[in-house]
Amino acid sequence: MSDTSLTPRTGTIAPNPPRRALALHRELQSVWANDRGLWGQMTAVSHTTLGLRFMATAIIFFAIGGILSMLIRAQLASHQGAFLDTELYNQIFTMHGSIMMFLFAIPMLEGLAIWLLPKMLGTRDMAFPRLTALGYWCYLFGGLIMLTALLFGVAPRDGWFMYTPLSSAAYSPGINADVWLLGVTFVEISAIAAAVEITVTILRQRAPGMKLTQMPLFAWYMLGTSAMMLVGFPPLIAGSVLLEIERAFDWPFFDPARGGDPLLWQHLFWLFGHPEVYIIFLPAAGVMSMMIPVLCRTTILGYGAIVAAILGLVFLSFGLWVHHMFTVGIPHMALAFFSAASVLVAVPTAVQVFAWIGTMWKGSPQLHLPMYHILGFFLTFVMGGLTGVMLAIVPFNWQAHDTAFVTAHLHYVLIGGFVFPMMAAATYWMPLITGRRRVKGLGEAAFWVILIGFHGTFFIMHLTGLMGMPRRIDVYPDNPEWVWLNLTSSIFSFVLTIGFAMFVLDLILQATLGKRESRNPWRAPTFDWAMPIPSPNYNFASLPTARHLDRDADEVILPLARGEGILPGAPNGRRELLVTRVGDAQPDHVGVLPGNTALPLALSASIGVFVLLMLASLYALAGIALVPVAVLIWVWVRGMAPGDNLASVAVTPGLRLPVHHHARASLGQSGLVAFLVANGTLFASLLFGLAFVSVVTPGPEAPISTFTPRTTAIALGLVTLAVGLASACVAWSGRHGAAMLALLLNLGALVVLVWMAATQLDDPTRHARDALRAVMAGYVGLHLLVAAGMAAFALDQFRRGEITVDVTGAWPALRLWQRYTSVTTLVTIGVLTAQAVMS
Amino acid sequence: MRGGVLIAPVALIGCSGPLSTLQPGGATATEIAWLWWVMLAGAVALTMMMVVLIAMAFGAPRDTGARVWTHGMGLAFSLVVLSATLGAGLWVGERILPRDDGAVEVRARAFQWGWRFTHTDSDGNPVETDGLLHIPAGQPVDVLITSEDVIHSFWVPRLAGKLDAIPGRTNRARISADAPGTYAGLCAEFCGLGHARMRFDVQAHDTWPPALPDESEAP
Repeated sequence: MSDTSLTPRTGTIAPNPPRRALALHRELQSVWANDRGLWGQMTAVSHTTLGLRFMATAIIFFAIGGILSMLIRAQLASHQGAFLDTELYNQIFTMHGSIMMFLFAIPMLEGLAIWLLPKMLGTRDMAFPRLTALGYWCYLFGGLIMLTALLFGVAPRDGWFMYTPLSSAAYSPGINADVWLLGVTFVEISAIAAAVEITVTILRQRAPGMKLTQMPLFAWYMLGTSAMMLVGFPPLIAGSVLLEIERAFDWPFFDPARGGDPLLWQHLFWLFGHPEVYIIFLPAAGVMSMMIPVLCRTTILGYGAIVAAILGLVFLSFGLWVHHMFTVGIPHMALAFFSAASVLVAVPTAVQVFAWIGTMWKGSPQLHLPMYHILGFFLTFVMGGLTGVMLAIVPFNWQAHDTAFVTAHLHYVLIGGFVFPMMAAATYWMPLITGRRRVKGLGEAAFWVILIGFHGTFFIMHLTGLMGMPRRIDVYPDNPEWVWLNLTSSIFSFVLTIGFAMFVLDLILQATLGKRESRNPWRAPTFDWAMPIPSPNYNFASLPTARHLDRDADEVILPLARGEGILPGAPNGRRELLVTRVGDAQPDHVGVLPGNTALPLALSASIGVFVLLMLASLYALAGIALVPVAVLIWVWVRGMAPGDNLASVAVTPGLRLPVHHHARASLGQSGLVAFLVANGTLFASLLFGLAFVSVVTPGPEAPISTFTPRTTAIALGLVTLAVGLASACVAWSGRHGAAMLALLLNLGALVVLVWMAATQLDDPTRHARDALRAVMAGYVGLHLLVAAGMAAFALDQFRRGEITVDVTGAWPALRLWQRYTSVTTLVTIGVLTAQAVMS
Repeated sequence: MRGGVLIAPVALIGCSGPLSTLQPGGATATEIAWLWWVMLAGAVALTMMMVVLIAMAFGAPRDTGARVWTHGMGLAFSLVVLSATLGAGLWVGERILPRDDGAVEVRARAFQWGWRFTHTDSDGNPVETDGLLHIPAGQPVDVLITSEDVIHSFWVPRLAGKLDAIPGRTNRARISADAPGTYAGLCAEFCGLGHARMRFDVQAHDTWPPALPDESEAP
C-alpha cells in the first residue's frame, strides 16, 4: 500500500520506452485471446467476444420477436381474424412484448456497454469477466426456455406485464405464466450482473487522470443506466418471486379474497417498468452524444447540462410509474402529482435533444450513413415524446390508455428512441468490429425502407386507438371502420420488416465482403478508436492516460501500440489492468483478472436445472438442485484466491503498484457494494409490499395471530443478539477465531429463526400479510445462511494461509455482508414487532 | 349540443364510429376530445419546429451559444409548453371528476367474459341487466365498477374515459350522454380468451327510470 501514496500526479507519469508493436501484440494475445475452437467460445470471458455475442443474440431474438409481430399484423389485417385462434394469438402478443423487452432491448444495451465501455474508458476488460460470461449464459438459457415453451404451445399468454389475478393459478392454470416468471427472472440475473460490473468498471477503471467530469458522455449515460438497473430490476424480481410463490405454494400476495392485492403487482411491476423505458433510452442517447459531435466535426455542446439532464432523468424516472395506472381508480390529487412528474421528465429529455441540435448547428453535419439513422431518431423520437406528454395528461390518458394509441406511442419511443440509435451505432462502430468498410448503397436504401415502413405502420395507429380499438384483441367483427386502418398498418409492417432484413444483410455484407478499413475512419477523439481494427481482445497494448484525452485518436494509436502508455504487455503472463480511484481516477492498484474458464457456463447450466425443476413443479428436487449451485459458487470464489506472485507491478518506469490482493478497495469490494444496493432495493420492495397490504389494500383483515408473545420475544431477542455479536466479531479483526465465532453465531441465529418460523409464524396461505411475513423471514434466513457460508470460506482461507497481515482475502466481503445481514435482520424484526404491538 | 360542433368536421375525415373518442356523445368525452385536438395542434407545431431546426443545422458551422439551447430551449421553452399542457389537463380533469351532487348511481360488475349492470327502478328496487346498461340522458351518472374475477376495464369511448374493474375494489366513474340513444362499450383491459368479445351497450333514456319490457330484465 505504501507505494500508492507516492503516486505522482497523472500528468507527470513517465512514459514507458517504445517497443516493437508486433512483439507486444503477440505477448498480449497469448494471455488475453480466447481458447481455440468451439470450446474456446464456451470458455471465453473477454468483453469483446461477449459484448458482440450479447448483441448478436439480441438481434436474433429481435428477428424472432419481429416474426411474431408479423403474425399479429396478419391476424389484424381483416376484422374476422385470419388464422390464429385466440389462445395462440394471446401467446404470440405476450411473447412479442416479452422478447422485445427482456430478450432484445435489455441484452442489446448490456452487450453494447460491455463491448464499448472498456474501450472508451481506456481499459482492457470489464471488472468481472466471469460475471459477464455468466450473464450471457443465463440470458441465453432463459431465452431458450421461453422460446421452447412457445414451440410447444405453452408460452406465457397474459400480456407482457402479467397482471394478476389473470396470471394467478386460478385464472392461468398450466405452466404458461411460470415460464414467464421463471424465465424472465433467470434472464434478469444477467441484468443485475451487467449493472454491477458496468457501475464498477466506470467508477474504478477509467484511464488514470480521467476525472468523472472528463468521461465520454456515453460513460455518464451508462452510469445512470446501471444505477437505474440496480434499483429498477429488484422490484420486478421481488414481484416475480412473490407471484411464483403464490402460484406454486398458494401464498395469497395478490389474492383479494385473502387480503392480497392485484394492485401490489402493478406497483411492483411498474416501479420496474417505467425506469425500464429510460434504462433502454439512456444508452441510446449515450451513443447519440458520442456520434453527433464526431459526425459534425465539432465537440458536444452543453456537456454539463447533459450530465445534469441524465441525473435528472435517473431521479425523475422513479417518480412516475403510476402513469401506467391512471385508470385503476387512484384519487385525482395523487394522479395530478404523477402527471406533473411524468410531464416534467420531458424537460431533461428536451435539454438533451436541444443540445444535440445545437451541436449540429455548431458543427457541419455530414450525411454519412449513421447520420441518416440519427435523423430518423430525431423525427420518430420527437413524435413519440410528444404523444408521451399527451398520455401523461390524466383525462386524455383515460381515453387513450390500453388502446392502439398506446401501442403506437410505445413503438415510436422504443424504435425511435432505441432501435434507430442502435442502427446508427451499428453502422458507426462496424469498422471497429469487423475491420471492414461497408458496401455502399444498401445501407441508405435500408434506412429509407425502414423509415417509410415504420411510420406507415404506426402513425395511423394513433387514429386507430382514438377510434376505440383496444390493445390485445384478435378479432373485431363489429367494427368495419377499423379495417382500412389496420390493413394499412399491416401492409406497411411488412415494408418495415423488409427494411430490417436489408439492414442486417448490409451488416453481413460488410463483415464478409467489405474492403479493409483504415484505423479511426471517423477521425474520432475517443479511446475506442485508439486501437487497431478489428479490436484485439486486450484493446490496448499499453493503457492510455489523461495525457491522451481530447486528442485525435490517430495521434494516440501508435504510441499506445508501441507500449508507450502504462502497464505495457503482459509480462507476468496474466491479465492485468489498472484500477483507479473513484473521484480523480488516480492509479490505485493493478487488478489481476481471471482467464478463460467454463465455470460461468457450468454455473448458469446448474441454475437452469433449478429453473426447469421449478417449472416441472418438482419443488423438493429443485431444492436439492441448489446444492450444485452453491458448490459452484464456492469454486468460483476459490478462483479469486491469491496466486503465487503477489509482487507489485511496474506500470511505468517510475511507478510500482500493488496487485489487488494487497488493496483495501478492490474491484470485488466495489462490486459487492453495488450488488448490495440492488439487494437492499429488493428488501425495500418486500417492505413496501408488507406496508401496502397492511395499509392500502381494502380486503379482509388478517385473522388474529396465534404466536406466543413470550416465546417469540425470546427467539427474536436471541436472533438480534446473535447478529449483533456476529457484526462485532467481523469488525473486530481479521482473525481465525473471529471467523469461527461469526460462523457459529450466524448458524445459531438461523436455527433459532427456522424454529421460530416453524412454530410461531402464522400459516402463510391464510392471509397476504402472513405470507409476506414468512417471505421476510425467508429473506433473513437466506442472508444468515450466506453469511455463515462466507465465514466458513474465510475460515478455510485462514487454514490455507491466504489471509495474512497484508492480504485481505475474503475478509472485507464477509464484513460488509455481515453488516448488511445484521441491519436487514434488525429492520425485519423491528417491523414485525411493531406490527404485532400495534395490532 | 356542444358535441355537434365536433361531429361535423370529424365525420368528414373518417374519425367517426360507434367507439370513436373523436365523436363524443357526452360532456366528459367532449372535453377530452377538445383536449386532444388542442394537443394535436401543439404537437404538429412542435414537430414542424424541430424539423426546421434540424434542417437549418445542415450548412456552414454557426457560432452558437450553448445556453441558448440547453437553458433557453431545453429548460425554459419546454417548461412553458409543458406547464400549459399540464394545467389544461388538470383543469379538464377536475371538471369531469365524479362529485357529491346526487347524480344517479348505477352498478357494473365485470366477469370473464361479460357485464352485469344494476340500476334502480321507480319503486327503488334494483334491476339487473346483462350486457346492457340503462342510464338517464342529459345528466351525469356515476357507475360503480367492480369485478368478480380478474381485472377488466369499463369503457364507453363516446361518453367518457375508462376505469378499471378490479376484484376487491369498487371504482366510481362519471359518464354522461347528451342525447337518448345507444352507445357502445367494451372491456379495455386484457382479461383472457374472451377479451375481444367482451362488449356491452349503454342505453340513454329521456325518461328515468325507464319503463323496460319484461324480457330485458334478467333475473
